[in-house]
Amino acid sequence: MGRYLLTRSLILLASLLAASLVVFLAIEVVPGDPARTMLGMNATPETVAALNAQLGLNMPGWQRYLHWIAGFATGDMGMSYTYRVPVAGLIAERLKLSLPLTAIALVLTTAIALPAGLIAAAGRGRATDTAVMGIAQIGIAVPNFWFAMILVLVLALKLHLFPAGGFPGWSHPAAAFQALVLPAVALALPQGAILARVLRSALIETMGQDYIRTARARGRSRTGALVAHALRNALIPVLTILGMQFAVLLAGAIVIENVFALPGLGRLIFQALSQRDLIVVESAVMLLVVAVIAVSFVTDIAYALVDPRLRRPA
Amino acid sequence: MSLLSIEELSVTIGAHRVLDRVSLRVAPGEVLALVGESGSGKSMTSLAVMGLLPEGARCEGRIRFEGQELTALSEDRMCALRGDRLGMIFQEPMTALDPLMRIGDQVAETLRLHRKMPRAAALAVARERLDRVGLGAERFALSLYPHELSGGQRQRVAIAGAIAAGPKLLIADEPTTALDVVTQAGVLDLLSGLVRDEGMGLILITHDLAVAARMAGRVAVMQSGKIVEEGPTERVLGAPEHPYTTALIAASVLPEGLPARVAPKAEPLLSVTGVRRSYALPRRRIFGPAERVTAVDGVSLSLAEGEAVGLVGSSGCGKSTLTRAILGLDRIEAGEIRLAGTRVWPGMANPARAPMQVVFQDPFGSFDPRRRVADLVAEPFHLTGRPSDWRSRVEVALSDVGLPAEAAGRYIHEFSGGQRQRIAIARALIARPRLIVLDEAVSALDVQVRAQVLALLGRLREKQGLAYLFISHDLGVVRAVTERCLVMDAGRIVEEGPTAALFDAPRHPVTQALVRAVPRLPEADGLAASAGGFAPPDPRRIFVESRKEQA
Repeated sequence: MGRYLLTRSLILLASLLAASLVVFLAIEVVPGDPARTMLGMNATPETVAALNAQLGLNMPGWQRYLHWIAGFATGDMGMSYTYRVPVAGLIAERLKLSLPLTAIALVLTTAIALPAGLIAAAGRGRATDTAVMGIAQIGIAVPNFWFAMILVLVLALKLHLFPAGGFPGWSHPAAAFQALVLPAVALALPQGAILARVLRSALIETMGQDYIRTARARGRSRTGALVAHALRNALIPVLTILGMQFAVLLAGAIVIENVFALPGLGRLIFQALSQRDLIVVESAVMLLVVAVIAVSFVTDIAYALVDPRLRRPA
Repeated sequence: MSLLSIEELSVTIGAHRVLDRVSLRVAPGEVLALVGESGSGKSMTSLAVMGLLPEGARCEGRIRFEGQELTALSEDRMCALRGDRLGMIFQEPMTALDPLMRIGDQVAETLRLHRKMPRAAALAVARERLDRVGLGAERFALSLYPHELSGGQRQRVAIAGAIAAGPKLLIADEPTTALDVVTQAGVLDLLSGLVRDEGMGLILITHDLAVAARMAGRVAVMQSGKIVEEGPTERVLGAPEHPYTTALIAASVLPEGLPARVAPKAEPLLSVTGVRRSYALPRRRIFGPAERVTAVDGVSLSLAEGEAVGLVGSSGCGKSTLTRAILGLDRIEAGEIRLAGTRVWPGMANPARAPMQVVFQDPFGSFDPRRRVADLVAEPFHLTGRPSDWRSRVEVALSDVGLPAEAAGRYIHEFSGGQRQRIAIARALIARPRLIVLDEAVSALDVQVRAQVLALLGRLREKQGLAYLFISHDLGVVRAVTERCLVMDAGRIVEEGPTAALFDAPRHPVTQALVRAVPRLPEADGLAASAGGFAPPDPRRIFVESRKEQA
């Protein structure tokens, strides 16, 4: 296990380094001059040059890269070009919404996928399987913003069970949580449907393995073998997909954030990008990269917890 | 009263009748061997008894077990019987255990299901059962995982799980086919001991008549879903009545082997000098030197043009590592390998590889299923460049191995196991090699198909002057096709000599153990001598022989 952790950690560091370079270079080649955008079209070249110097944009590339990385690591991400406030504070404010939203959506995704996948695999080829997988197919096909609007219409506007949009902030925990329920459901439905399909096919493949036959010969029923042996063996592909879904949910919630008027990370990046607020884009994207790499590290650890062949190679 | 009686059992899958009015009986404490080629319905019969037939199979007839009619039982009642009164073990020990579950828990599973024991109590019984199958506590903790055990050890865990609740009937489906002879002998001893001590009935499914002769009191022979002959072992194997049984016995008796040749003085075709290869074990600590295991430790051997040499040894003796090195697939740490004077190593030039071709064990896994046979057979041409007449050369190679030219346009799944192995040989022949390395090349084949493939190898050698390096754990096969033989153990060659002399008078303890472990057909010599006319030998003598064998 120690060796496994060590190699995974080294891979984690190397990926972070490589990703930060890619993010930095990508921002470098994006067209648009921040100083020009901030000052407007009528600014004189001298003013633009002065502002560039003030923002540190006239330094050589490698210096700016090191400066940025050092700042990122210490939480000093510079000032937003458009809002004139620290980037770190801007991102932190948005994370307070996006992280809990992602977490709730992931829990819901698992809560949808686990029973649906198990029921479908247990009744493989029968009516329950067809029904569950049919619903999953619809869940994947329906655009989530449309589903979100239906939720708002029925549960918020008609039944008044949840607010239709906006976010009151965590000073009112109950209200804040309530505001996140509908967006999380809208996010989780298609992801849960995808995960249910992955789980079902992994379970069905596992049920064809020799050790399932051995378990049946020991007296396990089909369903018993499914739960006692197949489920754990089918977890590896499910964990892989779940890790990828975290990334999709964290940054890809922008459409849902718009439907529910939520100040999330997705909207921040979108606005910053359209305003050429590249310093915000750079750090926000890097933060997403860190999150995704951290999640894949956690997924690797989870693999080893599930599979003894990884923690104790023969 | 019989423990199990099957009457007029027929099983149909789709339009295909896989079992046709099969009737069998097993008494308590009796061993019944079910023999026959693959696809003859042996496994289907056992799955029908267990109630584990594939979905969509229709079953007619009666299966009575301890007075209960099994075909009429509900699935819940069958689950209660399986593992408790009826135990089963399967052929492939490498995949028969759940890779994510500790071996103790897998053995205990039976007890927790049927005796409703708490985990700790079930584990205590599992410990005792594992001891019984020879996996003692000092080396085999309950907390081990299957991947930490060898094939033979895994098969013992599977047996421990199957007998944990003390079943009255054990069905063993080819339990030793995937194991080497020494391991096989251990597992067979264990099974006979269990039958003796626990009074179980045992149905032993095997394609190996020698195993049947050693273990069983009665034999039933199956062919295309029917029992064609059944009776006491000595009678069925000694005086077979059905032509299929006769043919099966004839195919099981391998020829006595080739005369030893005087090695020519000329430069050897293949020379291996002082080869060494070790592997790092997984580190236990992060710092400090890694422990290494030496798989091949200073091996030298040589093989002359046109010579057939055998390399035998039990699993883990270093055969595979040495084979990979000889094929130039793996680097070596010391020593030198030369093929026709050229150094063999992973980076050697492709054309230099052409004189040496290989045939592997698995006729199912060693072909790309999406390519036609013509392309599969022509694969070695990437070493030398595809000649313009490659299609006609593919046809010649196919006809050399006894396949029609039209086979070239078909896909590999359309062929049987024996045909696939012929295609593998055709693929080896196409580059006009001088040496063919046969790595367990007939181990996965039924006896009759094996006999055909061995005969084919003999003919090809005569016609084309090929040299063979025959790597196998099956001493009978090695004896039949090689002139000289090397015995390998713990990375070294421990004995070497003319094959017949080596097996008749083994000197090294390892060779002696290997020879002793080989199950023999009683009176194999008599049968071989009469293989043409088939005069059945005296059954009484065979009976005496087989008892001697068991003692």
